[in-house]
Amino acid sequence: MLTSGIIVLSGGLLDPNPGLIFWTTVTFVIVLFILKKFTWGPMLNALEEREKGIQDSIDRAYTAKEEAEEVLRKNKALLAKADSEAEKIVREGKEYGDKLRAEITEKAHTEAARMIASAKDEIEQEKRRALMELRTEVADLAVKGAEKIIMANLDAEKQKKIVDSMIQDLSQNRN
Amino acid sequence: MKRFNALQSGELVRVVVMLIMSLLFGFGASAYASSAEEHSEAVAHEEAAVHADAAHGEAGHGEEEHGSAGDVIMHHILDSNLMEFDPFGKFALPKLVIGGFDISITRHVVFMWLAAAILLLVFGYVGNQYKSVNSRKAPGGLANAMEALVEFIRLDVAKSNIGEGYEKHMPYLLTVFVFILVLNLLGLVPYGATATGNVNVTLTLAVFTFFITQVSALKAHGIKGYLAHLTAGTHWALWIIMIPIEVIGLFTKPFALTIRLFANMTAGHIIILSLIFISFILKSYIVAVLVSVPFAIFIYLLEIFVSFLQAFIFTMLSALFIGLASSHESHDAEAAH
Repeated sequence: MLTSGIIVLSGGLLDPNPGLIFWTTVTFVIVLFILKKFTWGPMLNALEEREKGIQDSIDRAYTAKEEAEEVLRKNKALLAKADSEAEKIVREGKEYGDKLRAEITEKAHTEAARMIASAKDEIEQEKRRALMELRTEVADLAVKGAEKIIMANLDAEKQKKIVDSMIQDLSQNRN
Repeated sequence: MKRFNALQSGELVRVVVMLIMSLLFGFGASAYASSAEEHSEAVAHEEAAVHADAAHGEAGHGEEEHGSAGDVIMHHILDSNLMEFDPFGKFALPKLVIGGFDISITRHVVFMWLAAAILLLVFGYVGNQYKSVNSRKAPGGLANAMEALVEFIRLDVAKSNIGEGYEKHMPYLLTVFVFILVLNLLGLVPYGATATGNVNVTLTLAVFTFFITQVSALKAHGIKGYLAHLTAGTHWALWIIMIPIEVIGLFTKPFALTIRLFANMTAGHIIILSLIFISFILKSYIVAVLVSVPFAIFIYLLEIFVSFLQAFIFTMLSALFIGLASSHESHDAEAAH
């Protein structure tokens, strides 16, 4: 059993072997270059590319999100503006309506007043004309009455005085 | 050499234990069992012949004997130029010497190539799928699974430790992670060997990290900043102490990487084999059933976890060292200005 220890110590495990070092170097270098050219290169490129692609996608998604938010903000602003616009229009319409109503009412009032006034004038005129007619009528009637009286009394002088005073009275009474 | 004759009776139990062991631990244990039981002249002769053929520097660990548990364990752990598939046979790997350097193909080299083949196959397939993948189409199946791993290394290891400019270190970190991981796991399959349990392999990988660290430090701070860092910003009178300390500090990092990976992978295998050998040493089936096999399976499962953990730690620390070398001091320099 002791021999195993002696063998370990005698350098079996740590024996230098230039041939093996040479072959290790050659094999490793060949494997390294072939794999570098045919495997690691394409693989690392693909990984790099995918990493970049993913980053790009994320970036694009963020940009799209920001754009959407911007659009939303704009829309909101537009909506608010439209709202205030509508309110303004309604308010203006209301004001205009009020004004219009007031104007129309005013106009109607003045018209009515004017019409009333003209009606009054007309009535006055009509009344005056009627009075005039009445007056001539009355004069005629009076003359005719007087004629009759005269015819009956034949006291012309006296009668005429009486008629005159009556006419005087009539005109005074009218006024 | 002491020989154990552990399996004298109970043919059925012997077969079961042999089966479990050869499934779990490949050649080592079953070779031990078979040689312990049979000690046939023919086998010994064949082994001796093979070793005579393939004999080189480090073939002298007594593996041809299979005499002691320790020898078998070491035989299992250590590199050799024999590919063994007990009980089916074994063959020697070719020996290569170029310019006085022994660059023989050893077992660990074979498993490294196997790992490389697996990696190239799997990741070649995955990489091919990525030709049709774009940002609009998600990857599926294996590509998706590997992507999770790559993403983990990218974000949790590289990006968080290196920070700025981590991209250019990604291929190294990814490769070193999957390479170590597959090597670790290959040590756990039947007839497998753990190349990362060999200090030469881990040293080489750590040296890669060391060079990358130094180069990125030089690039980040320039030669002047790099040298200034060696003084740790202290008064010149202290330089005689600080410079050696900082220089040693440069080398302790890769050294720690080397030993950590190597020791972790080796230790797990030694524990598994030791647990199995308890039953042989005690010549007891009760021990085998109650202690050796359950505990070995437990350690085996732990080893699977450790395989991932050590691959991750190696990668993580590499990234950390690179990050420390290339960015941390620059903050200090900015603060000093």
